[in-house]
Amino acid sequence: MQLSVNGRERELPEGTTIAQLIEELALDPRSLAVECNLELVPRAQHAQTQLKEGDRVEVVTLVGGG
Amino acid sequence: MATEILAESSLTIGTHTLSSRLIVGTGKYANYELMGEALQRSGTDCITVAVRRERLIDAAGNNLLEFIDTQRYTLLPNTAGCFSAEDAVRVARLGREILVGIENPGADWVKLEVLSDTKTLLPDPIATLEATEKLVADGFQVLCYSTDDPVVARRLKEAGATSVMPAGSPIGSGQGVLNPNNIRICLEYLKEGDPDYPVIVDAGVGTASDVTIAMELGVDGVLLNTGIAHAKDPLKMADAMRHATEAGRLAYLSGRIPRKLYATASSPDEGVITSKPR
Repeated sequence: MQLSVNGRERELPEGTTIAQLIEELALDPRSLAVECNLELVPRAQHAQTQLKEGDRVEVVTLVGGG
Repeated sequence: MATEILAESSLTIGTHTLSSRLIVGTGKYANYELMGEALQRSGTDCITVAVRRERLIDAAGNNLLEFIDTQRYTLLPNTAGCFSAEDAVRVARLGREILVGIENPGADWVKLEVLSDTKTLLPDPIATLEATEKLVADGFQVLCYSTDDPVVARRLKEAGATSVMPAGSPIGSGQGVLNPNNIRICLEYLKEGDPDYPVIVDAGVGTASDVTIAMELGVDGVLLNTGIAHAKDPLKMADAMRHATEAGRLAYLSGRIPRKLYATASSPDEGVITSKPR
């Protein structure tokens, strides 16, 4: 299935969960947050939440800012 | 006496008590190592952070969190880069989620920034008010970056803002406190019958004297970033900003002398052995 991760189109197997996506991106799940179609997906739901065709996913972390 | 001064220097914002009255941003440093040292030198225990897409800011994959001790600092996530109330609410929630994940006490508050345009980066007061209402309803302690308009400041407090943070001048402009009279009126409005309500000057500070001037007006703290990060020597400037915050606070508490047009001699008139001009 085709979906967007941080503004880039990406091909993922059907049924991929958010937790699996984070693992594939090799990111530390503790220091990030995930939004799917403008809604926050709490960490506790990452393992159960399956992504769908056309989803717009944002994976964010903290950076320097004022 | 020393402990008395120490007690006076702590700053309470909502449920958070900070030992320093200086809040420092983590943006725009040449590198994260320099940032870490500057933060230490500034004496702050509260630092602002921004929420951005993973791996887009630092190509090398350096994570800010590797350079700051999250046990030592209370993080204050901002909503910088948001131009609508909806986006600010989204970003605030994402920031909270990250801070919960790293178990930082700053998870329950946010520095709300809803800007109007990219040229001035001035806050949009109407969108800021709207976002404040939504975030307060969502359980956040909201620290509102605002214009120095006393009426807007009062409306933000009425909407439930934990602190109102009027700009001294535009973000990163280094112009200092452009309208001290507005800051004075903000203080009067916000602290009326509520003297402990925290008011913080956020943005525009260029050098140490700007911080001191803000503190002497009676604000509870100063939030700055570029003034340190872009100084020629950020470490020395961090020292200067720390001293400036303390100097301004002590001067405010001490009660300055009134300004007078003419001179008043410091040495006694009595016993002079010389004659005065007519």
